[in-house]
Order: sequence, then C-alpha cells, then structure tokens
Amino acid sequence: MNAATQNYFELFGLPVCYEVDQPKLAEHYRELQRTVHPDKYANASDQDRRMSVQKAAQINEAFQTLKSPIRRARYMLEMRGIEFDDQRETAIDPMFLMEQMELRETLADIPHSDNGLVKLGQLQDDIQQKVKALTNELIELFKNDSDDAMARARANMHKLQFMDKLQQEAENVEEDIANAF
Amino acid sequence: MALLQISEPGQSTNPHEHRLAAGIDLGTTNSLVATVKSGLAETLADGQGRHLLPSVVRYLQPGDIVVGETARQAAPKDPLNTISSVKRFMGRGVDDVKHLGGKLPYEFIQTESSVPRIRTAGGDVSPVEVSAEILKTLKQRAESSLGGELTGVVITVPAYFDDAQRQATKDAGKLAGLPVLRLLNEPTAAAVAYGLDQKGEGVIAVYDLGGGTFDISILRLHKGVFEVMATAGDSALGGDDFDQAIAQWIMQQAGISDDASHGQLRQLMHTARDAKEVLSAQDSVDLTAELADGGEWKGSLSREQFHQLVDPLIQKTLIPCRRTLRDAGISAEQVEEVVMVGGSTRVPRVREKVGDFFGREPLVNIDPDKVVAVGAAIQADVLAGNKAEDELLLLDVTPLSLGLETMGGLVEKVIPRNTTIPVARAQEFTTFKDGQTAMSVHVLQGERELVSDCRSLGKFALHGIPPMVAGAARIRVTFQVDADGLLTVTAREETTGVASSIEIKPSYGLTDNEIETMLRDSLTHAEEDVAARMLREQQVEADRVLEALTAALAQDGGLLSNEERTTIDVAMQNLQTARQGNDDRAIKKAIDEADKASADFAARRMDQSIKQALTGHTLEEFEQDLK
Repeated sequence: MNAATQNYFELFGLPVCYEVDQPKLAEHYRELQRTVHPDKYANASDQDRRMSVQKAAQINEAFQTLKSPIRRARYMLEMRGIEFDDQRETAIDPMFLMEQMELRETLADIPHSDNGLVKLGQLQDDIQQKVKALTNELIELFKNDSDDAMARARANMHKLQFMDKLQQEAENVEEDIANAF
Repeated sequence: MALLQISEPGQSTNPHEHRLAAGIDLGTTNSLVATVKSGLAETLADGQGRHLLPSVVRYLQPGDIVVGETARQAAPKDPLNTISSVKRFMGRGVDDVKHLGGKLPYEFIQTESSVPRIRTAGGDVSPVEVSAEILKTLKQRAESSLGGELTGVVITVPAYFDDAQRQATKDAGKLAGLPVLRLLNEPTAAAVAYGLDQKGEGVIAVYDLGGGTFDISILRLHKGVFEVMATAGDSALGGDDFDQAIAQWIMQQAGISDDASHGQLRQLMHTARDAKEVLSAQDSVDLTAELADGGEWKGSLSREQFHQLVDPLIQKTLIPCRRTLRDAGISAEQVEEVVMVGGSTRVPRVREKVGDFFGREPLVNIDPDKVVAVGAAIQADVLAGNKAEDELLLLDVTPLSLGLETMGGLVEKVIPRNTTIPVARAQEFTTFKDGQTAMSVHVLQGERELVSDCRSLGKFALHGIPPMVAGAARIRVTFQVDADGLLTVTAREETTGVASSIEIKPSYGLTDNEIETMLRDSLTHAEEDVAARMLREQQVEADRVLEALTAALAQDGGLLSNEERTTIDVAMQNLQTARQGNDDRAIKKAIDEADKASADFAARRMDQSIKQALTGHTLEEFEQDLK
C-alpha cells in the first residue's frame, strides 16, 4: 500500500479509534521521521531530498491531526464522507451558547478584579473539565457508526472549537497579567 | 547492467571515507568554527590560538579586506570602513536598518535593489557580502586545520530569524563557497551539545542571549530525538543593547551629546563593553571618557546602577519565555534543565533573573560562547555521513506564522508559528470579481492580523485564470517550509490546472542575478572561474545521483520490472557519459532525465521504508503484549 493512500491511523500503525494511545503515537512518529527526515538525505540526490521533504511534511501533518482532539474528530468525520464548509457551520444548541457567554463574561471581568490569577485558574479548570467531558463523549460516539451519532460527534467537535478559542483567550489574559508585573 | 564506476583521483565517493565537515556559529559579535575530531567536537583556533573571531570586517581598498581582531581594534579610528554587528542587518531593508540603529556609524546607501549597501573604501557592500567575508575566514581556518576541502557545513541562525534573514544567511554561505548542508537554529544546536554531553532525557529550555539576538526554545529529548516544542525570541535584542545602555548613561553623566563623532561613539561602546565585563566580577568599575574639547570625564558605575540599566532589557526577554511555555503547553516547573547560551549570559544578573523565572539554577558548564558551534559541528558530522545512523534527529519548528493577504488588508494564516518542519499546507481562495483572470498572491510572516504589521516576504501573480463568475474559480496556494526553515510557495487554479510557482525571494533579499554577479566579482580575485565552478557543481551532483541510484538498485532492484530497470540503466549510462564531458548543461540535462526515469522507483522505495520502519516495532510490542 502507498503511504499517500494510507489513512493516518494506518500510517502510524494504530487502530482507527478516537481514543489514541498518545505515547505510542509519539513513538511511532519518531520512528517514521527517523526514516524519512531530510537530514537522512543530506547527501542524496536533489530528487530524493525533495521527496523526503514531502514525505516528512505528510507525516508531520498526520501526526498533528491525530494529536489534536479537534483535528482528529474532524478527520474521522471526513473519513466517513462528511464534508465541512467552514463558512457555514451548523447551528449550535442554545444552552451551550448561553454557557459560552457566561464563561466569556467571567473572563472579561478578570483583568479588573483582585485575585485575577486565582479566578483565572478556576475558570481554566472549569474549561478543562468541559473539554474532558466533550472528548469522552466523542470516544463513545465514534464507536457507533449511525448518522445520529455522527451528527452529534460533529456538534461536539464544533463545541470543542469554541472551548479552544476560549482557552486561548484565557491564556492571553494570563500572559497580559504576568507581563504587567 | 550499469557500467563500473571509477572515481576521479582525489574525489573518491567511497561512503566510508571520513568527510570533512564543520559547524559555524555566525554570531553578531563573534563567530566560531568547530569540527568533530576523533569523536570529540571542538572549536578551532587561529594561528595565534584564538577561538573567537570577532565578527568585524574592515574594507581598506577594493580587494584589501581585514577580518577579525585586527579589524575590531581599528573600529574607533576607521568607523566608516569597519563593519561590526552586521548580523543585525541581514535580510533587512533600508527602512528597517534606519529603524534599528538610530545612530548607526555607517553610511548606508539606497540602491535599485531593495538591499541596503554600506559605502566603504573597498566599494559598496551588502550585509550578505560582509558576512561572506567572515565565513571565508572561518572556512580557511577549518581547511588549514583539517588539511582538506570542507564537504559539508552547518551554519547556525537564531531560531527567531524570519525567512528573509535565513535566506540572506544561506546566500552568504553560497557566496563564501561553502557547501551548506543545513541552517540550524542556535538553541537547537546548543541543546545538541548539552544533550549528547549529558545523555539527557526530558524537557529542557535553552535561553540564548547573544550580542544582538535573543532566542528561547523549549525542547523534548527522547532517545536521540530532539523535538522543539516551541520557540520565541527577539531578533533585535542582545548584549549590544546592554552596552548601549551603559554608553548612554556615560554620555548623560559626562554631558556628551548625541551628535558626537563616529569614532567617539565607537570608543564609548568599547568602554561600555569593558565595564559590563568588569562588573561581572566586581562591585563597581571606574570609567573615563574623552570629551570633544580634549578634556576627560571620570566617573564610576556601581553594580546596582548597572542592574537598573539592564533590568528592563532582561525583563523584555522573559515575555517570550512565558509565550514559549504556553505554546509548548507546559508550565515552568515541568522544565527539567535550563541551558544558558551566548556571551551575554555571562552577566550574573541575567543568570539570576532567568533562574528565578524557571525556579532552577541554569546550566552553564559548556562555554556559552562555544556551545552553539560545538552543537553545529556534531550535526554537520552526522549529516556528512560520518556517524552511525539512528543516532541523532532534530525536529525543529517555524518560529513565526506564515500567511497570505486577503481582502481588506488582513492576513490569513496558513502555517501557524511553532509548527514542526518540514511542513506543507494548502489553502483555497477564490476570485472577487466576475471574469477576474489574474490574482496577486502576497506572502507574509508574523503574528499580527493586519498586513501592514507583518513582514512582507514577497508577492507574485497567478495569470491565466479562465473568466468565471466571482467565487467560482478555486485557487489552491501551497506553502512548503523545508528543514532549513525556508519557504516555497506555489499556486494553482484547480479547475484548469494553471500553475505558478515561486521560491520565495524575500522582498529584502538579493536576486539570483545579484548573487551571481557578486560571485563573479569575488572570483575575479580567485584562481577558479565561474564556468569551472558551475561544471564542478554539476559533476558533484551527477556523482551523487549515480551513487544513490547504484546503491538503491543493489538494495531494492526487486521493486522494478525488467522494462523499468532498463529505462533506469539507460538513463544512468547517459549520465555517466555526460559526466565525463565538460558541458555543465548537458550534465544537468542528463541528471534531470535520470531523475525522471527513477522518480517512481524513488517513491516506491520511500513508501517501503515507511512501512518497514514500524514493522519491527509492532512485532516487538506484540511480543511484549503477549508476555
């Protein structure tokens, strides 16, 4: 089989499953890079060097996809023929949006409050727990192949993207507080 | 059957032969060259036993150039013709240079090219040419010490260097006639030097404060694999700024005005640097400065006052430190070792502040001036093929995000910062107007959202898009960053296959023509001529292709049908014949033919090796699972 037609899980010798054995993924990633990395082709012909750059880039891309909970979910949905249009993403449930707004308000107040860093820490723990719950659900959903399960998986992935943005903003706030010292 | 190969005398391609390789640290203040001798990496000294080569070049008259300590000493008396800290101008445009220096002692001139040139008694020179002079000096030092021509060199660059700065460094290597195998990030090089030294495992931080640049990198070490998790820095902050702060303090105290002569300002910088060094060991230092009226100012600077001057600068380095930790997704406590690199980390105050930040005593056991060159030498030795395989692998990242200009002067990021390289990523765009047949692609580097806040790397146009309604065309733009961190961009209209490709030549870079002209100029003084050099380059590449193919056929010939095998054999014979001749273009053509004939074979071999890489593994794990 050709590496280009192999799916990312096969490439890394892992079962197609949302729950990925991360240490094993990292170990297999290093093995593959040891084989194809351009540094192994420093004295090879230009053609071989070009090809090794391409392969190494493919392996990096595959690794990043399987490592990230969001990208992995999207990739697995795509493997099942689900297409994405980033401009028009499906509507998200109102309860979740309400919760997002509350979390965002909490974050917005933090820079002006006393004990900002403590409150920020609590908020980040809160986000972490919600992320954990969403990914746990994804593990179960991907075990099921039904259209309904896939639709819910897609919604979960979308929620994870919201959480990820929030997490980044929380980190920005943390950085601003730390740099202001 | 392939013909038997016989090497030219003195050009043996025997793979077991020890190839002469070197690592070069091209620094802002000092440069070094190191090599691995009988398993030990060490920096090389000049005839007088000096390892550090001051990165100073003095132009006396055309063709008469002095590099190093002699040039450094001449700086105060001949400031206009003596160029120091040229690394700060690498890959920079005229406007950047003005912005950077403030009070630069050189006479910059604007030329047709976007690259600034400095007017000297030896003619107008670009930063790339000045750097090439430093590299040539180190090349000579290495070759006379090793007794032969270098076949592979690794040059280090600050991790935070952008594409333009990297390209400029590579151009300087080319101009100096060096066979550059790789540009290596300085913190990664330092980690290699420490890692092999200590057989370390785990997460380490490399804090690299040089003369003019600052880098911080977080790496994970694992069985000889050095994986950079995140990197950040400031390519215009370093020990020179400490000197500047002291010099400014002296000027204030002594009442010296800003428009003092170039020579006087240079002298002040020397005094400041000496003071900084003395304060590493003493509590205060006595200072003197010449005044314009011939008089003399006397004063003293205490360590405490010195701390007040430099603390804001040290504080400035901690902001990127925080950002790398965040990008790496770890906390300061998870960092197991902190490695100090660069001459400026000799300042005790820097060690103290960095130690406080990471909550542990930083490692300083390898000379911070030499550690980068030592790491580069180890890597050069591996790349040249002198080391056993599977010993060392470096996985680096892009320091800055790469993106494209979209509507409204906004930047769409295609590759975010801290993505492991090599990387290739594509993004699709569409047309804005009905019947639009061309599209301009503007490539940018930086973290900000507005085009005007990012660094422009280059612009190119894709023509010949078939007229369609707005939004119907699909233009796929692919960014590829190689292991040196250098970018290539290609664009293609998907429905028709109209393609456009450029190797990004940074807006502030030299064009290929300019490099060739410089090469020609520099060679008129040398024995070798350009034609001979080009022929030689093609011959080396031909040998490389033939050697690689012969080995590949011996190992994996079984992957080919008889017919495929014959095609490759014929192409190799043709190349062999062209290789004997003196026509570099004929050799180039034969190489291209051989590449074409063997492209499929090469792809099959690589896929096979990818599969085999994990086979042994899975079996082992399987057995372990059984136990």
